[in-house]
Amino acid sequence: MTIHKGRGFACINYPIGMNLGGDPSQALVHSTPDGKFMVALSSIDLGQGMKSVTRQIASETLGVPVEDVYVDTADSDTGPHCMGSFASRGTHRVGNAVIRAAAEARKQMLDAAAEELEVNATDLETDGAGSIHVKGAPSRSITVADTAIAAQFKQGRTLSGRGIFLIPPSDVDGETGEMTPVTCFAHAALVVDLEVDDETGEVEVKEINSAYEVGRALNPKLVEQQLIGGAWMGVSHALYETTEPTYPERDHRPVDFNTYLMPGPAEVVPHNLAILERPAEDAPYGGKGPGEMCANPVLPAVANAVYNAVGVRCDRLPITPEKVLRGIRENGGARPQGTPS
Amino acid sequence: MAKTPVTFTLNDMETALFVDPGANLNDVLRRGAGDLTTKNGCGQGTCGACTVLIDGVPHLSCLTLAESTEGRRIDTTGGLAGGPELHPLQTAFMEGFAAQCGFCTAGMLMAAKALLDKTPNPTREDVVEAISGNLCRCTGYEPIIDAILTAAARMQGRAV
Repeated sequence: MTIHKGRGFACINYPIGMNLGGDPSQALVHSTPDGKFMVALSSIDLGQGMKSVTRQIASETLGVPVEDVYVDTADSDTGPHCMGSFASRGTHRVGNAVIRAAAEARKQMLDAAAEELEVNATDLETDGAGSIHVKGAPSRSITVADTAIAAQFKQGRTLSGRGIFLIPPSDVDGETGEMTPVTCFAHAALVVDLEVDDETGEVEVKEINSAYEVGRALNPKLVEQQLIGGAWMGVSHALYETTEPTYPERDHRPVDFNTYLMPGPAEVVPHNLAILERPAEDAPYGGKGPGEMCANPVLPAVANAVYNAVGVRCDRLPITPEKVLRGIRENGGARPQGTPS
Repeated sequence: MAKTPVTFTLNDMETALFVDPGANLNDVLRRGAGDLTTKNGCGQGTCGACTVLIDGVPHLSCLTLAESTEGRRIDTTGGLAGGPELHPLQTAFMEGFAAQCGFCTAGMLMAAKALLDKTPNPTREDVVEAISGNLCRCTGYEPIIDAILTAAARMQGRAV
């Protein structure tokens, strides 16, 4: 029995959203009479941080403290339309819609404040701490709360905004075949170090080193945890998970967590992560979507590392001990492809 | 069908309920006692989301007959916080981003509490062992393990 070390590398370009049909999302923003802002979305936060990020985006655009912004992702029956939380589109599509809605609400907020301060709205700026003041004259100011009260009870106007983000659907050029299916790409590169036991066929991942380019990490902790957790899921997909085992019939397929294999907390390996930021032109404050792509480079990197370790090229996932052993036997033994340096 | 009276202590509260014969503790806690902090995940004892402590020992509430808890003490996540003060485990989970979708969190917290009650200074391996019956699909476990170690250190007055 020999344990063979292997190293594999993979890199990806990951398209954000599904542009073929335009992939639109809407957002509505309105103030309450006490100067807080509500963001209404139908986009769902599954734990990936949509509420946190859209709250930050709305706060930044409105120029008010993040504590004064609430995000309601209540209900696709009653909320403004959204295609959904998939294709890593949340930050990019919904974030852009929120910027548009918040910008319109901000304009109305500044118009209302200008009326109270008897100045031009173009002469006003927000301090991000809950006040609006005349540029260059911070003492001539009004709070956002007083502005909202005046708008509601005196001026009879709403501080609200509508936003939609829609990229024009892209058609294929009949002459050249060209099209623009995607406007925004995220990128990643990832190295997996692992060991393969040539007697049992078992693969044990030892370390992951990665670099993910996410445009801008709007919420660095959320980005980090999504990448770490998602890369782990990539390992799980590469080595363990399947509803279609390799047995001749599906009778023995996994039906529950007893038989559907996943790595547990004991299998967690060190993952050194570099988050790179190259803000995208059409992304909200530059932020792309780190969603699905966190898992994507892991699978080819694991497959390459297994090949590097024992010379077996698995082209079906997951890379189970059975497949590795069959490959080794077919080759007449393990064929290490060279020590990683 | 005749119901069976069961009394137990749920997070310091004396609780008396009539339960169906064969009712599982998870249903009884959620529907009978109204404690929704205990989650119902797989319903067959493989995911750990429903973990509660019975007399301090972690149990899968979905596989526990409610009648077997007569006279015993049950602790759930609902009893972790002392009023507005979060339990150190809850604080560490929150600060360490040890949750994404949150479905495993209640079970993780109870498995971790059982560990720290018995082993106040756990090693990383102790933590991994303690939560090895709890599935998490979002975090990759790393932040959860770190949060439990952080809470343990803080509860022992050690700097983190």
